[in-house]
Amino acid sequence: MKAHRRQPLYLAFLLHRLSGLGLALFLPLHFYVLGRALAGEAAFDEALSWTEGPLVKLAEFGLVFLLAVHFFGGLRLLALENMPWSNQHKNYAALAVAIAFFIACGFLLRAV
Amino acid sequence: MPMPNSDHIKVKVWRGDAGGGSFAEFEVPQQPAQTVLDVVTWIQRHADSTLSYRFACRVGMCGSCAMMVNGIPRWTCRTHVNKVVQDNRLTVEPLRNLPVIKDLACDMSEFFDKWKRAEGQFSGTNTRAQAVAAISPAEPARRAANAAIECINCAICYAACDVVSWNPGYLGPAALNRAWSLQNDSRDRRHGERLRAISADGGCLSCHSQQGCASYCPNELNPTASIAGLKKMAASAFFRSR
Ligand code: SF4
Ligand code: SF4
Ligand code: FES
Repeated sequence: MKAHRRQPLYLAFLLHRLSGLGLALFLPLHFYVLGRALAGEAAFDEALSWTEGPLVKLAEFGLVFLLAVHFFGGLRLLALENMPWSNQHKNYAALAVAIAFFIACGFLLRAV
Repeated sequence: MPMPNSDHIKVKVWRGDAGGGSFAEFEVPQQPAQTVLDVVTWIQRHADSTLSYRFACRVGMCGSCAMMVNGIPRWTCRTHVNKVVQDNRLTVEPLRNLPVIKDLACDMSEFFDKWKRAEGQFSGTNTRAQAVAAISPAEPARRAANAAIECINCAICYAACDVVSWNPGYLGPAALNRAWSLQNDSRDRRHGERLRAISADGGCLSCHSQQGCASYCPNELNPTASIAGLKKMAASAFFRSR
């Protein structure tokens, strides 16, 4: 990474972009599985049973993390653009990542 | 080339012009309290007199000496070598995001053209026959302008901004920061025109708030905060016009 980019809020920007991209890529899969419900209960259950594997659980952890980090990162940006200026954005960005990680871990613990 | 010497710094300097170029290496004797500008000047005086670079005040006032130092845009006259040197090495390049004229001197025209495009010029209502406007230093608008006003036009923020590299039409942090200080100047009469200029394509709405500009501004200004202020102004003007 180029030297001028090595600062926390650039990393926050990058994470926000990549998590958004990751979520966008996941959406078609999500709709496909939901779409199986239209094909009948059996087809839907079959699609769902595929989601029981441990690897998929781990991928879900990643997915929840992406969702949460994109959500809280987005809230931070909304606050930055619509509320009085704060000099704490490095801390807020770190907090968003920490909360997202916490939520994703909670999800993983419940999933196993 | 003399033998590598621990009291010498190895300096890679970009040489070339708009057509392209490459790095030349120099060994520069270390001095106490030496700045990066001192290093470049030493090279030009003692190693290669054809090296082109730009400076004027040497005390952080004029904003003409900015260069990329080890990949980060800095005012070289106020940057001490011992703060930035890595393994006894320095790499000095012309500022990013601006066309090079020769070696370390880049063409600032587009940077200043964007100040004009952002309506960066003060245009007052009073004539010299009238009394000086009384503005309380405690007024919120005056305080907002004050936070943005100490810009030395060095283009360090402009070089740090990736949106400028991705979208050459983007006005950039310095011009928008300037527009913000004027939007908060109650004596200025072009607030409407300026708001239109900075809300247009390539204006404040293109900023991604990464704060690269604020991380490297040598005067510790925060163009991101100014741009966030402009975004709020643009949004409220939009809703008022509905
Ligand atoms: S905060 Fe905006 S102006 Fe500053 S470097 Fe980032 S994109 Fe550029
Ligand atoms: S805002 Fe700061 S970095 Fe940008 S031109 Fe002005 S002084 Fe230089
Ligand atoms: S020479 Fe004037 S700011 Fe560096």
